[in-house]
Amino acid sequence: MRYIDPHAHMVSRTTDDYEKMALAGCRALTEPAFWAGYDRCSAEGFRDYFNQLTAIEPARARTYGIHHFTWLCINPKEAEDVGFAREVMQVIPEFLPKDNVLGIGEIGLNKNSKNELRVLEEHLEIAAQHQALVLVHTPHLEDKQKGTRLIMEAVRNQPTIDPGRVLIDHVEEHTVKEVLDGGFWGGMTLYPDTKCTAKRAADILETCGTERLWMNSACDWGPSNPLSVPTAALELQARGHHPEAIDHVIFKNPMNFLRQAPAFAKRAEAIDVGHPPQ
Amino acid sequence: MNRLDNNQPRTHVIDRDFLEHRAKLIDLAAFLDRCERAEGSDDFRLRALRAAIPLLIDGQAERARRVLESFSDPTNEPIAEAPGKGASGAWEGSH
Repeated sequence: MRYIDPHAHMVSRTTDDYEKMALAGCRALTEPAFWAGYDRCSAEGFRDYFNQLTAIEPARARTYGIHHFTWLCINPKEAEDVGFAREVMQVIPEFLPKDNVLGIGEIGLNKNSKNELRVLEEHLEIAAQHQALVLVHTPHLEDKQKGTRLIMEAVRNQPTIDPGRVLIDHVEEHTVKEVLDGGFWGGMTLYPDTKCTAKRAADILETCGTERLWMNSACDWGPSNPLSVPTAALELQARGHHPEAIDHVIFKNPMNFLRQAPAFAKRAEAIDVGHPPQ
Repeated sequence: MNRLDNNQPRTHVIDRDFLEHRAKLIDLAAFLDRCERAEGSDDFRLRALRAAIPLLIDGQAERARRVLESFSDPTNEPIAEAPGKGASGAWEGSH
């Protein structure tokens, strides 16, 4: 089995988890910037975090032969303070040329507030200016359906961003069809208690099709399993799905979306054939 | 559309998953018993849970989607200010 985990918060994980993922067949992973569980005190704290994402984590991943990529932003959970968010957004362009940066993410909404929406729109402007891919976080639980609709509207209001270059993550049964019908890519995040289980993700693939959908573990500091993508692959296998169809979902789909970013395209062939990062 | 067609016989699905979901149903029953043994009254979350249960046996398809929608905020406009960071799992306005 080979797979890509396109949403993995590895700063939260031990080195043992990199080893387990490599043993399970993880060839590459992408790590969006997210909320640390506490609000940072300054934009300089984000500069340190962006250094971690562009220098430290790629080195940890490389030890286990995994290609590491990242996305930059201030997460919507810290976006209520627009002035602070703007200070952080000013730091982002300095890091966009780094060789493992794919684009802007995970931006989006958390509680669907006006300030969160304003910061989302300003992130989208950065993405448009830099022709960057976009990875979107959708709100949790009761706020998800409304937030997903507000996010799609915000992207549509930015006419230079092609929905085919935007991945809307954490889709579930009540949002996946609208996301795909809008021309966006959808991500299913596999969590033990919230978001999507492996079995429900398999159900969604069986009912909605496999095009423009991927699965990820998120594997952050909360309850989460860094091996949830291969676990979902085993579920698909147990249901009798063909190995090529499974490979399409867990490897080729993320490859096809991510290779739209030049930083990924440069290493796509190496990832495809299984060469470790240099 | 490139589907992962599920050609499993229903008996295979039941054989694989019945015990897991039997256990989840009993957990839910025990949770409701536990709530009712405790002092106090239902809040909006428990009311939302009770309201969703009939969707499981109404004979209509897409139960997962409809249960998720029953817990969801149905409004369209952004709120004035985020009240915090967390989510409760049910929209307070509907129950």
